[in-house]
Amino acid sequence: MSRDIAILGVGMHPWGKWGRNFVEYGVAAARAALADAGVKWRDIQFVSGAATIRNGYPGFVAGATFAQALGWQGAAINTSYAACASGSQALAAARAAILAGNAEVALVVGADTTPKGFLAPAKGERPDDPDWVRFRIGITNPTYFALYARRRMALYGDTLEDFAAVKVKNAEHGFSNPNARYRKKFSAADVAASAMVADPLRLMDICATSDGGAALIVCSLDYAKRMGKANAPRIAAISTVTPSFASEVLEMPDLATDSAVVAEPHRYRAALPARAYEDAGIGPEDINVAEVYDLSTALELDWYEDLQLCKRGEGALLLRSGATRLGGRVPVNPSGGLACFGEAVPAQALAQVCELAWQMRGEAGVRQVPGASAGITANQGLFGHGSSVIVKR
Amino acid sequence: MSTPVLEGWFSDAGGQAHLIGSRCCKCGTYYFPKAGNFCRNPDCDGTEFEDAPLSRSGKLWSYTNASYQPPAPYIAAEPFIPFAIAAVELERERMVVLGQVISGVGVDALQVGMPMELVIETLSVEAGGEKTVWKWKPVAEQGS
Repeated sequence: MSRDIAILGVGMHPWGKWGRNFVEYGVAAARAALADAGVKWRDIQFVSGAATIRNGYPGFVAGATFAQALGWQGAAINTSYAACASGSQALAAARAAILAGNAEVALVVGADTTPKGFLAPAKGERPDDPDWVRFRIGITNPTYFALYARRRMALYGDTLEDFAAVKVKNAEHGFSNPNARYRKKFSAADVAASAMVADPLRLMDICATSDGGAALIVCSLDYAKRMGKANAPRIAAISTVTPSFASEVLEMPDLATDSAVVAEPHRYRAALPARAYEDAGIGPEDINVAEVYDLSTALELDWYEDLQLCKRGEGALLLRSGATRLGGRVPVNPSGGLACFGEAVPAQALAQVCELAWQMRGEAGVRQVPGASAGITANQGLFGHGSSVIVKR
Repeated sequence: MSTPVLEGWFSDAGGQAHLIGSRCCKCGTYYFPKAGNFCRNPDCDGTEFEDAPLSRSGKLWSYTNASYQPPAPYIAAEPFIPFAIAAVELERERMVVLGQVISGVGVDALQVGMPMELVIETLSVEAGGEKTVWKWKPVAEQGS
């Protein structure tokens, strides 16, 4: 029996720094997805929301918040919080309900309103919370991105020009994306002229935080057929695995890796797509488009290797070859990625899937990857959360 | 009067600055910060730990700096003085530990792989007095 589900519709509220209630963005994205799917809100049997932790109680119970905003109609609800993977876990809950036969068609939605500046920890004196502790001694999110970037430079010979080239590529990709927040063709000189944040990363190497909303209508293959959409793109895998002890890479918000004196060290990022490939029964050679979490320019190169698009250490070579540009062998971040969107945490993993759905449908306009038949997303966040989703035609 | 910013995380008892980690009595895994009363090795159900002073020196795994003032609860001097940050690989413990680099040493003086050692230095001067923290310092070359 196939374990695939269909993506019947997708919708987004444009990313920006709008400063409005996150519920507005979620409702707009949900209504766009419903219209795209040709499904009535009253027909939705399961609502799965990705939580936001920066908008009080309504954010903690996002599934219910969106269901109430759209008008209570008796659907079953779920809310998932998993840092950057919140959207994927909300999607996984909807898939489980569909595959278990508890629902035929579901709405999955995430939206966020973000404060200005660095993401900061919850308030109060909390020395038992590693997130509080690291900020107490001056360690921010860009610290970790910069450590990874510097390590790439030392180990593989990546250059500042390589990092800037990622920004230039993604800016080019996102230039015409109506949902992107930053639509400007930045140059390498623009990147080099931006302020240093965490050496070697400058302001334009690091993604911003944004407001935005994204939604999917997903359903059983049978339901899609009855709706006359048997050819709708399918979700073939959702990987939300945890890291394996011992961690090899220093992960946000920790101040130390695990000690590997008795257990071998493992790379978490690589484990996420590995499980997705295994579940989907396809390999990296079958992938012709990817949406990855470019929290920093340098991190996109790590993802190339973790997705097995190239060998470990050859990410910059793959970039320089042009393979990951639109028109190349395997375009990465045709949407423009976080470079053009900024991060709206609970919506971001869903936005990645929206882009792949448009790509599989051949409806991505000037961003279209010709003949796209299989795509993969990847993201990673705090506290052992991450995800990788495979979408195919 | 100066006090540690995190009580029980580090010490310079005996004039030797070191981090205070712990070690599982059952499997031998080190922890920093100290483990609670459960071992996080999935193949170990240990509940007893002994304090373990961590290696005082290691190799620089990677480094960066904070060019902008971090948000609270970080307490910065006015005006803010940028600082370097180091991740140092401890050979015996097979772990990487993050910390600030001593004041006055910038990223230009750092190189991945170089030897680093631990010191205790001022983190901030606050309403409750001076707070201290562990920091990494490049090991002075022999003979220099």
